[in-house]
Amino acid sequence: MTLLEVESLSVNYGHIEAIRDISFSVEQGTITTLIGANGAGKTTTLKTISGLRTVRAGRIVFDGRDITRARPDERVRMGLTQSPEGRRCFPGMTVMENLDMGALLRTDRRTGGVAQDVERVFTLFPRLKERSGQYAGTMSGGEQQMLAIGRALMARPKLVLLDEPSMGLAPKLIRQIFSIIDEIKDQGTTVLLVEQNANQALKRSDVAHVLETGEIVRSGTGPELAVDPAVKAAYLGGDV
Amino acid sequence: MNHFARTAGDWISDRWATVGDRVSDVVGKRPVKIPLIIVGVALVYLLPILNLPIIATPESDFPTVLFTVTVYAIVAVGLNIVTGYAGLLDLGYVGFYATGAYVIGLLTAYHFAWPFLLVLPIAMLITLVTGVLLGAPTLRVRGDYLAIVTMGFGELIRITIRNTAWLGGTSGIKSIPAPQGIGDKSTGVFQIPHLDWSTGTPLVDLNRQTKFLVFGVLDATPYFWLALTALIVIIVIERLVKRGRVGRMWEATREDEDAAEIMGVPTFKFKLLAFASGAFIGGLAGALFASKAGYINPISFPANLSMLFVAAVVIGGSGNRWGAIIGAIIVAYLPERFRQLEDWRLLFFGIALVAIVSFRPQGLFPPGNRARAQRAARRAARDAQREVPVV
Repeated sequence: MTLLEVESLSVNYGHIEAIRDISFSVEQGTITTLIGANGAGKTTTLKTISGLRTVRAGRIVFDGRDITRARPDERVRMGLTQSPEGRRCFPGMTVMENLDMGALLRTDRRTGGVAQDVERVFTLFPRLKERSGQYAGTMSGGEQQMLAIGRALMARPKLVLLDEPSMGLAPKLIRQIFSIIDEIKDQGTTVLLVEQNANQALKRSDVAHVLETGEIVRSGTGPELAVDPAVKAAYLGGDV
Repeated sequence: MNHFARTAGDWISDRWATVGDRVSDVVGKRPVKIPLIIVGVALVYLLPILNLPIIATPESDFPTVLFTVTVYAIVAVGLNIVTGYAGLLDLGYVGFYATGAYVIGLLTAYHFAWPFLLVLPIAMLITLVTGVLLGAPTLRVRGDYLAIVTMGFGELIRITIRNTAWLGGTSGIKSIPAPQGIGDKSTGVFQIPHLDWSTGTPLVDLNRQTKFLVFGVLDATPYFWLALTALIVIIVIERLVKRGRVGRMWEATREDEDAAEIMGVPTFKFKLLAFASGAFIGGLAGALFASKAGYINPISFPANLSMLFVAAVVIGGSGNRWGAIIGAIIVAYLPERFRQLEDWRLLFFGIALVAIVSFRPQGLFPPGNRARAQRAARRAARDAQREVPVV
């Protein structure tokens, strides 16, 4: 079943076309990845899907509903959340408070649903449990990344958008983050991933698209693209 | 800044911070024992009566100074919602102060002679509407741009008043009546003599009695009580709002607007709410000011008054209502207290402001959590520096 359908989407920043007529879909229960260089339009695509950017042309359909003009909070209510580029945790709030912000629109706080999801996030990221009282601004980049992903899961989303979760992290931590992304998928949450670390990302993706200057230039399964000569040359480095 | 100054600054602010935390712990978060609060509040109410040496202002009428300080405190609490909670730098807050004052002037003196207590809520509501009208089209602008736009608001309101005869024009509004009091005009319900400390021991000064509750030009004490009561009501309501979900949404919006949007915070709505609440409270302060002053004109509301308001909030500690109130006290009281220094006091006042913002940029009493977070971050940075191996 198709969870997210992006149809001929175009987005502008002023007069500059950030993305041009891109179409792709995300099937339920999969990891879909967008890879591409800096400025290719990956982050813009995600921001547009979460409603932070306005669409110039095209349509976004989520879970059977047209959300092209929906407000960001309506999208969160429908089960679409994002862990933004650069983590963007609230620095002056503790880990717990950050997670609670993620559950802002939940209505089952009284009945313990939120607490249950905090536990779920703590199982995925035991490190966060140790740090639950610490201010997010004082944590390392990796811990903040975990928090940003955990926070995005707190709304109990159907689809979670992860923007460059490996950015600026040590290789060991990157592997850990990616295996957690696998786990998130196994728990039933669909993942749309944006990555520059194409190697790790493609290995785990069911479907992947290559973005170049605002357009999709190649699509395929993750493993397919990982061995595609052009992709290898452009994004994986010659020695892979 | 050179290295020494930076380290010295850090050292001083760390020292200060512990003191500040302790104070804000006492006055801020923890539910202090209720009897203690009652005694404290009663003492504040009695300040003009007690007329304590050192605290009292030798060169200005003490009750008037207390009234002014209280009005500034109301302004600071209101502006703290806008700037401290929602993170919207408002450099035109005087516009709302002026709106509140002018509604009082127009409805109690210039066009009608309605009673003050009826006009007061009208003044606050009209200011609230002004806030929404000015905020709705502009709050999509962020950061510095918003500061510039708001600066425009203040001027816009002042210049509109100046050029509109119906609003009093350049000559302003004269003889705004005092609020109706309780009891007979010449005696009040009862009279309270002030204390006189001029001999070193407190003496009851029967020549100086406050009539309860007669508002007039001669004695500002009842005005002070009125303003203080308004301040307390505002603090109680503001506290309730801040502690709930609304406060959290403001905090998220201030810290990272995009991230807040992603969490599902309708940030625009909450910014508008903060802006309008701030306007509402600013209108109250302006209304009180007008009824005490008796005369207002456009020159009473210059742009630099907005700067002074922002200075109060920033010096005290943006985001902490008690800090903002202390900032208001510093800004409104200290220059009056040291009036005997004549023009030098402005120099010292300026130096004090510069010293505070350079050594303690987060203000004297920043909100507890932000202060702790900042200190922890600085410690982490310092530790990280230490760990760099010397090559």
